[in-house]
Amino acid sequence: MARPPSRSSIAGLRRRFITPEGVDLNIELGTAGARAGAFLLDGVLMLGVLILASIAIGLMAFASQSILMVGLWIVGFFTLRNGWFTLFEMGARGATPGKRIVGLRVVARDGARLTGGAVIARNAMREIEIFLPLSYFFASLGAMFTGGDVLLPLLALAWSMIFLLFPLFNRDRLRVGDLLAGTWVVHRARAQLGHDLAASAAQSTRPRRVFSDAQLDLYGIYELQTLEEVLRGGQTDAIVTVAAAIRRKGDIPDDGDDYGFLSDYYAALCGRLERGMMVGLRREDKYSKATRAA
Amino acid sequence: MTAYVEARTPLVNATRFRAAHEADWDQLDKILTLIEKRGVSAVPDQQLLVLPLLYRAALSSLSVARETSLDRALITYLEQLCTRAYFQIYGVPTSPMKQLAHFFARGWPEAVQALWKETLVSFLLTVAGALVAYLMIAHDPSWYYAMIPDGMAQGRDPGASTELLRQTLYDGGKDAQQSALALFASFLFTHNAQIAIFSFALGFMFCVPTAGLIVYNGLMLGAMIEVFASKGLGYNFVGWLMIHGTTELFAIMISGAAGFRIGLAIAFPGRLSRTDAAVAAGRSAATAMGGTVVMLAVAGLLEGIGRQTITNDELRYAIGLVMLAGWLLYFYMPRGKRDGTPA
Repeated sequence: MARPPSRSSIAGLRRRFITPEGVDLNIELGTAGARAGAFLLDGVLMLGVLILASIAIGLMAFASQSILMVGLWIVGFFTLRNGWFTLFEMGARGATPGKRIVGLRVVARDGARLTGGAVIARNAMREIEIFLPLSYFFASLGAMFTGGDVLLPLLALAWSMIFLLFPLFNRDRLRVGDLLAGTWVVHRARAQLGHDLAASAAQSTRPRRVFSDAQLDLYGIYELQTLEEVLRGGQTDAIVTVAAAIRRKGDIPDDGDDYGFLSDYYAALCGRLERGMMVGLRREDKYSKATRAA
Repeated sequence: MTAYVEARTPLVNATRFRAAHEADWDQLDKILTLIEKRGVSAVPDQQLLVLPLLYRAALSSLSVARETSLDRALITYLEQLCTRAYFQIYGVPTSPMKQLAHFFARGWPEAVQALWKETLVSFLLTVAGALVAYLMIAHDPSWYYAMIPDGMAQGRDPGASTELLRQTLYDGGKDAQQSALALFASFLFTHNAQIAIFSFALGFMFCVPTAGLIVYNGLMLGAMIEVFASKGLGYNFVGWLMIHGTTELFAIMISGAAGFRIGLAIAFPGRLSRTDAAVAAGRSAATAMGGTVVMLAVAGLLEGIGRQTITNDELRYAIGLVMLAGWLLYFYMPRGKRDGTPA
């Protein structure tokens, strides 16, 4: 499927994702920053739950004078530590609360259903990626101040860093757990349909500007879509600059209405390039000639 | 001078395309938003039935738009709409109750069954560790202190008197309260379950740490047996151990086997690529390991409550053997053909 090469900064995180119907959904992976943010949010939420539950169990233990409450706390702590990520990701949303807030979800790399086995695998690895070295770090840090080895906490920290930074060293931002479970974390995009720029140019009551072929031949698809961004962005100084540049290049006199001029130019250019596509001619950008799509 | 024209006809494909299909896209978006916010159950059946149709219509819109339209906002919108619909239709797991039922009926026992070779290796490593420890300590009791940490021995070492050792086997039920036993059970359960998760997760380092954990488990077993056996309490100790040990040791062996499976898949991927082999092994081994948490909960109850209240050796043996037979039957009983539903 011929698509214009995307030149945005997030292009590096777009991946082919073919549905059973054979269409590429072109999904976007979660950035390392978003992943880290989601993890920190989950950490804070877990800590909050732990504190609240501890207070509640403490009050119950005080009221009932039963040592059973300590057992409840131990099992509860285990469930929170191991179950938080696993149980939430097994749910229909495929995301922990932290991931939901940041806008991420866990997805099987092969596009199939996310199975319980995969979720358990990716989160069991979290134990040795973070929880084990972290608890070892704090334990050995405590020991260090009472005369223990200085090397041990550093070793634990280095171990954890290898795993924490692992996503940065592979293309798909996979954790070791993702690698093993066959999952990846994708950005959960939600977008409204932007208004139709060409329609607003066509349907307005004012007459439309007409451009010559030479004036429309100045640009290709890349410039068209950049112009679309400028129009949708609606920033006055950007519109003034772009309008001035196009007028200069196309030798078009200034009529004082920059936005109207750009809208008309956009619609005309878009129509012209699309007519080219209908007969198999694509012009990617202003430097290239229109070519037959392979 | 700029020329003007009074034309009202749409210039670009996106305009015509939007006019023809926007209502469908809107409807799909509404259904998806409802599912995402309030779950599938909030959507009326009528709308659920049209969901796949709307999804395929949106997919075909996306394909057409990519080929004919240069309106990037339109393509971006359709991409996210189709992706959201895709995950609601193909990506969502079945209901939690169905998943759980399938896990216990097929998923877990089949995953354990698939690990039988690795489980056998775990078993042999444990036995080997136990034998080595037994022989070493029988030869020179000071080895005991190198194998068992003080905190775990709790006085049960080669220097202890027969009377003290006997006491550790049968005391507990007499003065301890029921609630203290439950506390002990919950501690044992979480401790062992954490070990099980580690022996799974550490498997990816080519099995080495997992093998270490399993052998060490065997060493401790052998060391303890030797201490009691040398005082003529071997039979009693094994009974004390068996009541929960068959379940607990079996669970640890399975989680070790899960770790081995991952390490082996990474070391020797066979015909698959290394990543694909790791994923296939990781998913099925994780299913087996996840189930051992349940086994360890059962073991914790047997150890924390059952053992402390049942002090008859024969009854302890009987419970331990029945549990073992039950697990073996459950895991390795021949099952019908796969019914094809994914776990």
